Amino acid sequence: MDFIAILSIFVMACFVGYYVVWSVTPALHTPLMAVTNAISSVIVVGALVASAAEGSAVSKWLGLGAVVLASVNIFGGFAVTERMLAMYKKKERK
Amino acid sequence: MSFALLSEAAADAVHAASPWAALAYLISGVLFILALRGLSSPATSRAGNRYGMVGMTIAVVTTLYTHSIASLPEIIGALAIGGGVGFVTARKIKMTDMPQLVAAFHSLVGLAAVLVGLAAYLNPVAFGIAGADGVIEPQSRIEMGLGIAIGAITFSGSVIAFLKLAGKMSGSPIMLPGRHVLNLGTLVAIVGLVAWFTQDQSQWVIATITVLSFIIGFLLIIPIGGADMPVVVSMLNSYSGWAAAAMGFTLHNTAMIITGALVGSSGAILSYIMCKAMNRSFLSVIAGGFGAAPEAASGGAKEQRPWKRGSAEDAAYMMKEAENVIIIPGYGMAVSQAQHVLREMGDQLKAHGVNVKYAIHPVAGRMPGHMNVLLAEANVPYDEVFELEDINGEFAQADVAFIIGANDVVNPAAKTDKSSPIYGMPVFDVDKAKTIFFVKRSMGGVGYAGVDNDVFYMDQTMMLLADAKKMVEDIVKALAH
Repeated sequence: MDFIAILSIFVMACFVGYYVVWSVTPALHTPLMAVTNAISSVIVVGALVASAAEGSAVSKWLGLGAVVLASVNIFGGFAVTERMLAMYKKKERK
Repeated sequence: MSFALLSEAAADAVHAASPWAALAYLISGVLFILALRGLSSPATSRAGNRYGMVGMTIAVVTTLYTHSIASLPEIIGALAIGGGVGFVTARKIKMTDMPQLVAAFHSLVGLAAVLVGLAAYLNPVAFGIAGADGVIEPQSRIEMGLGIAIGAITFSGSVIAFLKLAGKMSGSPIMLPGRHVLNLGTLVAIVGLVAWFTQDQSQWVIATITVLSFIIGFLLIIPIGGADMPVVVSMLNSYSGWAAAAMGFTLHNTAMIITGALVGSSGAILSYIMCKAMNRSFLSVIAGGFGAAPEAASGGAKEQRPWKRGSAEDAAYMMKEAENVIIIPGYGMAVSQAQHVLREMGDQLKAHGVNVKYAIHPVAGRMPGHMNVLLAEANVPYDEVFELEDINGEFAQADVAFIIGANDVVNPAAKTDKSSPIYGMPVFDVDKAKTIFFVKRSMGGVGYAGVDNDVFYMDQTMMLLADAKKMVEDIVKALAH
């Protein structure tokens, strides 16, 4: 992929992000932060590439370290979001 | 020779499964968009979170599938350790501790970005950003440098935010002399070094960028005080996104770019909302120092004014007889863990036929939506909880405004006193309610902004001086009679 193609995706995604996030209800801003935390750990992709590759031992261990950190976030982020969202309940109608 | 061949093979491995892998990453990016979209209402939010999990699984599996893995056991071990720690923490954490947990998570994203950036620097061939001779493409160097810098700032900034939020470090601003010059100088140095990095890929350049970025993250957050933390946490959220996006550019990975852009804009919008709710500019928050000098605010004009002290029995009696009660929780409620007993009080009042509503200011608590989560934890239905602009017109009809652990967000000085540091901040019109109960630990402490609050001295105000939880417990007891 050339740079302009990637940049286009990035700019479009910024716009998508802008509109999607404005539509998030303020009551869910804390879960929003927790889930954005979890998804920004998609950086684990880079960490996996580094730890899978041969060629540099230091690079591999840096990658493995990043895998540990990112997976704390992935599992922790999604789990804590799930836990919070389960608490939001509507009034029971009688 | 054999090394060059191996490198080419590795580079091929990256690009071989390209079309399918690219499609898979795109799908996971779209699923992440849906995850955020789900949060537009509590009803759809849980499905949204599942989309996010599926997206992440696709991204991880695709990466593992398309790369020749030289160290699968280590990788699985790393995933298991990190996943286990994360999962247990998520299960055990108290809801009142959410702000520091989120700050801690941000720091991990930042550090992971730094590690990935350094790994890419040391083994660029594996990332497909260098020829077999190991010379990294100039464009990738910029992306890598920026990714490492933003990641490092996110890391050290979040660590400070975490320490402040967890109370392991004083929440009050720490002001270094000449800090603006120092900060600007460091930032300019980092940008200059990133530019230099395109010409010279030696280790000292990348090492200096990393170290300076760690330092600037630290310097940027220490002068910012406790109640500005909602802005800081949102801002760091944004940075963690931009760090992921920068790494996405380096790796040409769609999932990372889309996610980075989403998270980056999400954090930026939240920072904007928080600043607006305090009527402060983003720059003034970043410049820091707010609430540092309480003597500047009181200005010697602190005469003794008469105020009335109420009791739990008074509050119970008045609220039982009321038609409409509006409860305004603030950070103090979180500190004393009063949300559960507060909900009990609400239930008892409802049993007496009282119409109970909760009013939440955007900056109540230490992070966006903090109060909403605590009330949800205490089983308060979310359709009884209202945002500032939706409920502010109702105070004129309210018989009782019950303020618990909030202060600045009900201060009328924000509407009338141009010299007040909080002038212009949107506040609740509690002064329009017939009776005000103000739960507060003591008369001595003022709000975070360090300004006196006229509501204390109003005719219709009764001060309930006690620990929030203890006071509400007493009211619940009194209501039971």
